Amino acid sequence: MTDLDVAPAPAATAAPARPHRWAALRPWTPLLALALAAVLPYSTLQLPGVFDGPVNSPGTLHLLAVCLIFGALAAGYDLLFGRTGLLSFGHALYFAAGVYGTDILVTRAGLPLWQAALLALTGGATLAALLGAVALRTAGIAFAMVTLAFAQVGAILVARDFGGLTGGEEGLPLDVAGVPAVFVGVTNTVNLYWLALAYLALVVFVVHRVSASPTGRVLAGIRDDERRIGVLGLDPYRFKLVAFTLSGALAAGGGVIYCLLVGGASPHITSSELTLSLLVMVVLGGPATRWGPVIGGMLYMYLDHRLTAFGSSSTVDALPSVLSGPLSQPLFVLGTVFILAVYFFPGGLAGLTTRLATLRRALSRR
Amino acid sequence: MSTIVLLTLTGLGLAALYFLVASGLSLVFGLADVLNFAHGLFLSVGAYGTWWAAQHLPGAGATGFGFVLAVAFGVVAGAVVAALVELVMIRPLYSRTIEQVLVTVGLSLAGVALLQATWGADPRPFPRPAWTQRVTDVLGAKVPNSGLLLIVAAAAVLAAILLFLRYTRYGLVIRAGVENREMVTALGIDVRKAFTLVFAIGGAAAALAGALGGVYFGSVSPGQGGSLLIFAFIVVVIGGMGSVVGSAYAAVAVGLLQQFVNYYGTSGAGDVCVVALLAIVLLLRPQGIAGKAATA
Repeated sequence: MTDLDVAPAPAATAAPARPHRWAALRPWTPLLALALAAVLPYSTLQLPGVFDGPVNSPGTLHLLAVCLIFGALAAGYDLLFGRTGLLSFGHALYFAAGVYGTDILVTRAGLPLWQAALLALTGGATLAALLGAVALRTAGIAFAMVTLAFAQVGAILVARDFGGLTGGEEGLPLDVAGVPAVFVGVTNTVNLYWLALAYLALVVFVVHRVSASPTGRVLAGIRDDERRIGVLGLDPYRFKLVAFTLSGALAAGGGVIYCLLVGGASPHITSSELTLSLLVMVVLGGPATRWGPVIGGMLYMYLDHRLTAFGSSSTVDALPSVLSGPLSQPLFVLGTVFILAVYFFPGGLAGLTTRLATLRRALSRR
Repeated sequence: MSTIVLLTLTGLGLAALYFLVASGLSLVFGLADVLNFAHGLFLSVGAYGTWWAAQHLPGAGATGFGFVLAVAFGVVAGAVVAALVELVMIRPLYSRTIEQVLVTVGLSLAGVALLQATWGADPRPFPRPAWTQRVTDVLGAKVPNSGLLLIVAAAAVLAAILLFLRYTRYGLVIRAGVENREMVTALGIDVRKAFTLVFAIGGAAAALAGALGGVYFGSVSPGQGGSLLIFAFIVVVIGGMGSVVGSAYAAVAVGLLQQFVNYYGTSGAGDVCVVALLAIVLLLRPQGIAGKAATA
């Protein structure tokens, strides 16, 4: 395990440089980062080139909230991929279950939000438990294929609009009549930002508690050598199912908040590409590290958003068309970075600090 | 009666498309244990190669011999891209299965985005010889010629691959490698050459699927490969990884099931049935219809 205490806060960059002075502070950096993120909407800081408007403008907060949700989703996916070694290609299904579940229950059935959210959450968890029970009878690549196929069924059901529930290709806008007023409207984006932050904190807490618990040690054992866990008298199937269900439930919870944030559901969130991008986030950040997947997820969504704006900016358009064409496609840039990361930074961003630390030690010894 | 004939033949056309994609995937997985997400990219390269050649390559065109030349160009482009991908990207990562999957995932994302950047996200009209747009009367059913072309092409590819595997030295190496790679290496044979060859063959078959699929659908778009790829994966798993014949059986089963259920049930129900078939096969016979155990 390469559990590293890398916090997404600026304080962390100073920490390794002076280990003596900051050593006492290090365990608290996640809480400091959380507090900093919580008071961020009160600042009117302008960051030209980083965000379009001031930090507390609704547009910036919306982008930040999306980043937070995907950071949490990546952390939840890492519970499967990085910590249990299960390569699932169907994680988008449980996220979509949360999004569409909430949307359909509020808009079509007219339930109040808290009931819809609760039902969507339990529905997503039940779905993950049922499908996981079937899919986990296979292993390795076959498991990846089965989860991919199940998610594909979800995508087809949503796109073909069976029963007129999902709105098909156009998606389903959320009916705000059933949603509390504090979560509606552009001026209340800040509340959704806090909600997303709370969700991230919850997911990180749950994932860390689980992986530090005896169950988490069994999961790591399954990742490293499943047969040995079986020999020790533990049933790998049950532990894998627990991880799969928990991960699915966390994704469904993210779906509920994403539905509120975006104000509806659109069919592209059911596609296998969402799962693939979760995989990219986790690998870029560093699988099975404490903060890697969170940072990877936030960075990916931020870049995905900003590169779209960057690609249509005048700087890129001025380049010859051989360069400007590919650069205007965020997925081209992210895909290339991802491939390079697999070759040259196998530990992801979180592994980078250990690599740089050895480099620094080697340099200072001279 | 004519409806059943029509559905059977269009189902077989679909099966032919699946088989062309799945045969390469299956061989690559059986031999090199690479789950190739970039296989859809090879298909798109074939489709766009044919489309480009029909307009720009001298001698190639949308009719007669010119069309054959355009398709040949697309197939060669697919084979070359596949071989290059194997040499440059997959070879340094052998025996690291997860990393290989990740690289092909990244490649599929970046490749589709590159195609989109070059030729736009919208479907482009595909060059089609006039006779492929007509229909043939088979037992009272009017079957589109493009579907029949797909079936003939897939049958030819199946025969060619089987003959190659059975009667050539490299075919022997590949068959032995699928069965037990370590043993082949221990006998002093360089299996990695066979890997490149299998990638090139798979890329060529996928590119042919792209070109003929373009004729069948009448248009070409960057996302086409990805949507076919998922069903090709299902075909590979049902057929048994590493078995070309298994892929052929599974492709026929999947294509017919999808076509018939989509016609007699609601649209989209066929796709769901295919996944149900996958679940049943995996639960009853995890190694597929004919193949080595599908556990990685």
